[in-house]
Amino acid sequence: MKPLLSGNKKNSITRETSFKGLGNTGDRIFSNLTLLFSIIMIVLLLALIIILSIDAFPAIRKFGVSFFTSQSWNQVQESYGALPAIFGTLLSSFIGLLIAVPISIGAAIFLTELAPGWLREPIAFLTEILAAIPSVIIGLWGLFVLVPFIRSPVESWLGSNLGFLPLFQGPPFGVGFLSAGIILAIMTIPIITSLSREAIRAVPDNQREAMLSLGATRWETIRRAVLPYSRSGLVGATILGLGRALGETMAVTMVIGNSYNLTASLFSPGVTIASKIASEFNEASSELLVSSLMALALVLFIITLLVNIVARYLVRRMTATSTTKR
Amino acid sequence: MNRNRKWFMSLIMLFTILVVVTGCSGTGTTTTTTPAATVTSTSTVTSGININGVGATFPAPLYTKWFDVYYKDTGIKINYQAIGSGGGINQITEGTVDFGASDGIMTETQQSKAEEANGPILHIPMTSGAVAVIYNISGISSGQLNLSGDVLADIYLKKITKWNDYRISDINPDITLPDADIAVVHRSDGSGTTYIFTNYLSKVSTDWASEVGNATSVDWPGDIGGEKNAGVAGQVQQLPNSIGYVELAYALQNNIAFANLENAAGNFITPSIESTTKAAEGITLPDDMKVMLTNSSNPEAYPIVGFTWILVYENQKDKEKGEAIVNMLWWAIHEGQQYTTALSYAPLADDAVTRAENQILSIKYQGETLLKR
Repeated sequence: MKPLLSGNKKNSITRETSFKGLGNTGDRIFSNLTLLFSIIMIVLLLALIIILSIDAFPAIRKFGVSFFTSQSWNQVQESYGALPAIFGTLLSSFIGLLIAVPISIGAAIFLTELAPGWLREPIAFLTEILAAIPSVIIGLWGLFVLVPFIRSPVESWLGSNLGFLPLFQGPPFGVGFLSAGIILAIMTIPIITSLSREAIRAVPDNQREAMLSLGATRWETIRRAVLPYSRSGLVGATILGLGRALGETMAVTMVIGNSYNLTASLFSPGVTIASKIASEFNEASSELLVSSLMALALVLFIITLLVNIVARYLVRRMTATSTTKR
Repeated sequence: MNRNRKWFMSLIMLFTILVVVTGCSGTGTTTTTTPAATVTSTSTVTSGININGVGATFPAPLYTKWFDVYYKDTGIKINYQAIGSGGGINQITEGTVDFGASDGIMTETQQSKAEEANGPILHIPMTSGAVAVIYNISGISSGQLNLSGDVLADIYLKKITKWNDYRISDINPDITLPDADIAVVHRSDGSGTTYIFTNYLSKVSTDWASEVGNATSVDWPGDIGGEKNAGVAGQVQQLPNSIGYVELAYALQNNIAFANLENAAGNFITPSIESTTKAAEGITLPDDMKVMLTNSSNPEAYPIVGFTWILVYENQKDKEKGEAIVNMLWWAIHEGQQYTTALSYAPLADDAVTRAENQILSIKYQGETLLKR
């Protein structure tokens, strides 16, 4: 019983034996119960994949590879393609990360390395509060506050001064990839910040001390000791943020403009996989449409799965390198 | 030790609560269904019956009002879930609900699928609604802008891109329109409103019919999609020089500027409850009522109008429920109509009521008409 209580990592062997051998009844019920719960989770995941694949099958059989390359989403002619949605998902998430990563890592460095003690906790707490705001509220704020601001002055200024770039062409609607990217940045900043903080905090103090004792400045210490040491952790944090951005639905639907097109302009209204599904699923009555939406869901599932696997791998590599360094 | 046990106990408790709660809800449903079952033997008393319907969001406020009044009058409870027309069609096809509701006519394939499963399905009109074309042009207030069908179609096709295009100014001699790009806003979610709107555009513009077509959601050539009526209205109100379309009721309740539309007789008509009802009087109504009311030939009719239907099977499987449904439908197309205008819906025209009556009279249980008049 004792090892169970302390929950100490080094005692994993003792823990197993306590479940198998000695076992009072309570322990056995408990271990079986937890086993059942974990099985439920695995079954849920498998069921999700199986159902999605079965439901997506008619669309994939009908359209084949062209489902991933076609740009049309036409209920009248019943031809569906995922390219604009995949593109929109990746582009909006990319813009989101482009804004969120520097801010988050900067904030994390400040919080761990530079901020005076009394300031650390309040700021960290407030960042976490930002993560707790429901996405529909962020979306409403986006629609009524951010979008008008993006339309004018931001987009009208960019359009008239940098309009020669394809990125900034087209009429300034306010809604579009740019607004969606900014909203996603706001939503991913808390996650990336707190994970980056953990990664930077995991850097052993002797690394910093060694650097400082060599006469390095604060900046040099951060750049040459802290950041390289926590690099994999920072990448992992970024990718987990990306995972959140890819699947975000409500807030993005409200500001992206929901237009099924593929353009280079950031001002252009677009669509993401999640927003397309949210918009159309309720009213979808034709089998092929439902199946195509399921296929979209499957694509999103695969993308997020890949992102998470990469994140896992990087985080594991980080722990591995940090132990070997130690 | 102590803490560990606490954890374990709370887990056990949670599990017990879970079992108890699910058990309770299980017995709960059985108790609610028992009265309905016992009623079958007494036959004349119909209270205690639960009727379930799902479907269109557009008539949901009216249906909620109806079913509330109807419950107080008769004791028959009708549960309505506004999950959208598509969902209504799907669920009535699968037979999981007693009636469906839709703003669009079921397609041929949908109808034959339903027929295979449960026999012929009826479209019974309940009320009609208009789609208002809303805009945001500074200095031009509600009802000042005139639009015709082909101009509207070309705006949505992005062939007319400026407000001061001669085709718009020709039909608006009294106002000065700005030299500004038109921002076109549409519904991003699938909806009956879009079905009615695109049905109208397909009738008045061959280009629209061939390039885009008619559905609850189409491949829009134009700019921005807004989620639901609120999303479209929000975009239009925010975005200068934009145009959009919403249910008339929504535009009226929120004081959004809307345009007059040229009807088939060549008159510019302001959308209103009266001009909506008129639409059914300029169209030959078929007996099955599967007809779109768009582009009515009545000179006083607003052109973008549609029925909203309740979908029921002609052959009911349960006598009690069937009787309750036909009584409710009969009530809805008669007494129920008085609640329409207050909620910005248009009452059914007389001809439509007569045809709806005939449809309701055709609903049977084992070959026998359920409603006897």
